[in-house]
Amino acid sequence: MINFHKDHANLVNVALLVFVLLSTGIAVVPADTMQHNEPLPGMPVMTEAQRRGLAIYVSEGCVACHTQQVRNIEMDRVWGSRPSIPSDYHYSKQRMNVWQQSPSLLGSERTGPDLTSIGQRQPGEQWHLLHLYDPRMVVKGSIMPRYPWLFQEVDSVASIGQVVVPVPADRLKDPKSKVIATRAANDLVAYLISLEQTPLPEGTPPAVFLPSPGAKGEAVALTTPDALPDGSAIFSQTCAACHQADAKGLAGAFPPLMGSSIVNNEDPTQMITIVLGGYDARAEFGVMPAQAEMLTDAQIAAVVNHVRSSFGNEAPPTTAEAVKAVRSTVAPGTALQP
Amino acid sequence: MFLLSIGSGIFTQPGVVGTLVLLGIVLFIGSLLIAARVQVLIKRIKAGQTSALEVSDDDLLAMDTAVLTAPLARRRAALLFRLRGDELGGREEAFDDKALISRSTSEPDNPLVEEKIYSRTTLAVPQALQKVVLWYLGAATFWLVFGTLVGQYLGMKFVWPDMDEVAWLSFGRLRPVHTNTVFWGWASLAMIGLGYFVIARTSSTVIHSYKRAWWAWGLINASVLIGNICLMAGINNGGGEYREYIWPVALLFALGLILTFRNFYATVKRRRIAEIYVSNWYILAALVWTIVLATIGYLPWYQNGLGETIIQGYYMHQGVGMWFMTFTLGLIYYYLPASLNKPIYSYSLGVLAFWTQMLFYTLIGTHHFVFSPLPWWLQTVAIVFSVGMFIPVIAGTTNFLMTMRGSWSAIGKSYVLPFFLVGVVYYFVGSTQGSFQAFRFTNHVWHFTDFNVAHSHMTMYGIITFILWACVYALLPKMTGREPSQVLVGAHFWLAFVGLFAYTVSLMAGGTVKGMDWIAGKPFIETVVNTRGYWTWRAIGGSLMFVSHLLFAWNFYTMARRSPVPATLPQPV
Repeated sequence: MINFHKDHANLVNVALLVFVLLSTGIAVVPADTMQHNEPLPGMPVMTEAQRRGLAIYVSEGCVACHTQQVRNIEMDRVWGSRPSIPSDYHYSKQRMNVWQQSPSLLGSERTGPDLTSIGQRQPGEQWHLLHLYDPRMVVKGSIMPRYPWLFQEVDSVASIGQVVVPVPADRLKDPKSKVIATRAANDLVAYLISLEQTPLPEGTPPAVFLPSPGAKGEAVALTTPDALPDGSAIFSQTCAACHQADAKGLAGAFPPLMGSSIVNNEDPTQMITIVLGGYDARAEFGVMPAQAEMLTDAQIAAVVNHVRSSFGNEAPPTTAEAVKAVRSTVAPGTALQP
Repeated sequence: MFLLSIGSGIFTQPGVVGTLVLLGIVLFIGSLLIAARVQVLIKRIKAGQTSALEVSDDDLLAMDTAVLTAPLARRRAALLFRLRGDELGGREEAFDDKALISRSTSEPDNPLVEEKIYSRTTLAVPQALQKVVLWYLGAATFWLVFGTLVGQYLGMKFVWPDMDEVAWLSFGRLRPVHTNTVFWGWASLAMIGLGYFVIARTSSTVIHSYKRAWWAWGLINASVLIGNICLMAGINNGGGEYREYIWPVALLFALGLILTFRNFYATVKRRRIAEIYVSNWYILAALVWTIVLATIGYLPWYQNGLGETIIQGYYMHQGVGMWFMTFTLGLIYYYLPASLNKPIYSYSLGVLAFWTQMLFYTLIGTHHFVFSPLPWWLQTVAIVFSVGMFIPVIAGTTNFLMTMRGSWSAIGKSYVLPFFLVGVVYYFVGSTQGSFQAFRFTNHVWHFTDFNVAHSHMTMYGIITFILWACVYALLPKMTGREPSQVLVGAHFWLAFVGLFAYTVSLMAGGTVKGMDWIAGKPFIETVVNTRGYWTWRAIGGSLMFVSHLLFAWNFYTMARRSPVPATLPQPV
């Protein structure tokens, strides 16, 4: 009979043995079965630059504030079109090197937004650079740290390959100097832009999000057929990052929507075309990403109406049908199921 | 409309109701402590004005003696009574010829707080052991001050994100410096230092090897120092919480643990009594389990893809449960009864709590990843066993409170016991609150919000740190013969307690509001801006906590500095 009270060897051995058995069952074996996941078909392999960017992401401790997991609950729908699955992490969560293990990308805090689809929500390289240089320049109210050590202030741009960050002159110590991104910054941005969910193969049953408690059917205004969704919420979620919450834009980076002739045009077709298909016609501003695969017709109509009737703009409203009509020519086959 | 429907629903959810009840408990205990103080004050004031008669004392003195009734006359005479000054002592000169009095005063040290009982006993502790304990605790105190200075700085960055632009001080790099320093620097070193005394004392023998103790001291400190420099330089293991140190650095810590285990085990082995005291069960098991944990946490073969996430959930939860909580419970089983000068209420309950701690705690790591892409069965197991944690927690809490029962008056007279009381109350509150937080509903609202940060401070600070302080204040005066200033210990206690309460309540409220806003689909940045007020209160609570650590450091210095005369004889204990 084992007497734990008097036999120290037995006490320690039993405690050790049971703990090892429990640990193996609850952690090591389940973890080991996760080693054989395949990537999704069509999932791009990470490039060298993206891998270096991931290393910067880990080294700067971005995981402390940003998650990369879309949970299977309604409230996480804003971060991705489907819940995350193990295969999503096939390439990114590999052991980094001898010294560093597989990065803890899933995270535990959302002090900042989830980044699962940041490359889709925010594909603009210049936006990301400016945001890393000074987050509050593009997102007022952000509490993210600045990362000036990823940038250099130079008198003149030496080589053609260097990426100039469109920092407004009044934000610089010497208004004549230029801010250029170091390789680390470019790699990090390459990694961030690469972040998006690979669609599941054709024929896979659609993703299921569990409803929020006490909010069945109410959280998703998209399902209400008649009324348009809240345009101001979509604006601050999708547009304000570049065009700013006051729609005044950012000189040298993102154009203003306040008083814009395209916005105030009686015919909304050009504005809807730009929202759906993106815009890169003006050298002095960053590239506008296409929203055809991000927003539904009703959402686009709502946000267009919001912009056309706010910030001093005055133009007649449009409808989801009008957006649908433009979509069929600008971006056929991209209609989103609400 | 939508917010309202959630708002009314949230207060019927068991997890939320439970958490509110638990918060109420802390508030209740705090109010009891304050009420006791106020009562003493009121008594003191009231004592001056007794008047059961209809005529006020002043009027009575002014009245003509001829018209007085008998009771009034007697009262008047009583009012005019004056002591001669020698009623008790007589008129002869007094002399303490048996040397019974060691200290006498006609004035208390200070007029504001009640004087506590001074520690009368001095334990005979070998000089070598004293030195080991003091150096472990000294290093721990240093890391506490450093780690919480970093924490305080980080808390301020939420309010002023542009405080600095130095890469080494940026939030992402400093956050793990804070957590790892207070984990591996403060709490771990303090536990081991206090453990050395328990192991030797309860085994009635001397420590097997002091040399190993010093080696482990060096290894652990080196690990924290090098680890922090690496983190600030941007070198980390992958960002998983509490295993941010790369493996060569973590290896130093693990070696320190292995040395400590072998030393403790060899000391228990040569004990001079048959029974192994229950404290040693906890302490030895904590060391063995943590060595296993570190090994599983750092071995690479099953950690690609989401394998890493499973291990991360397991590792970070067991780091808290099997290392800090288990070891600290071992310390309570010795230091609490020792401070009350009576045995533990139930030895068997301690043993029950030991085995259930091992069984339930080990299985609940995945509750950090509810609704994540990890296997659903793993999440369910974690939630179910989180509820099972009620068993060891209630067993432990009952045991400690029943040990204190009958000695409540001692709490007001001791500067050690209030720390134990708060620690034990938080043990119950923090642990059960954690179980509630694992429910699927509460995960909707609280997961990913600042609520998590509140929970971890409730436990690592409310439980572990308060208990460690209790043990330090219980042991050091008896070992070195030097008492800290009671006013400063009181200030330390109240600043830390009030600071912690402000810290946790503000983040819990802020986290709840944020979670509900997320469910309601508010734009993310709006929820960041709305949390600012709560972050300010957190920084204020954090400042109080940090100031209390400076006071603790000073108190530690007062207790630890070299006595002019050796307090003890170098004898085996």
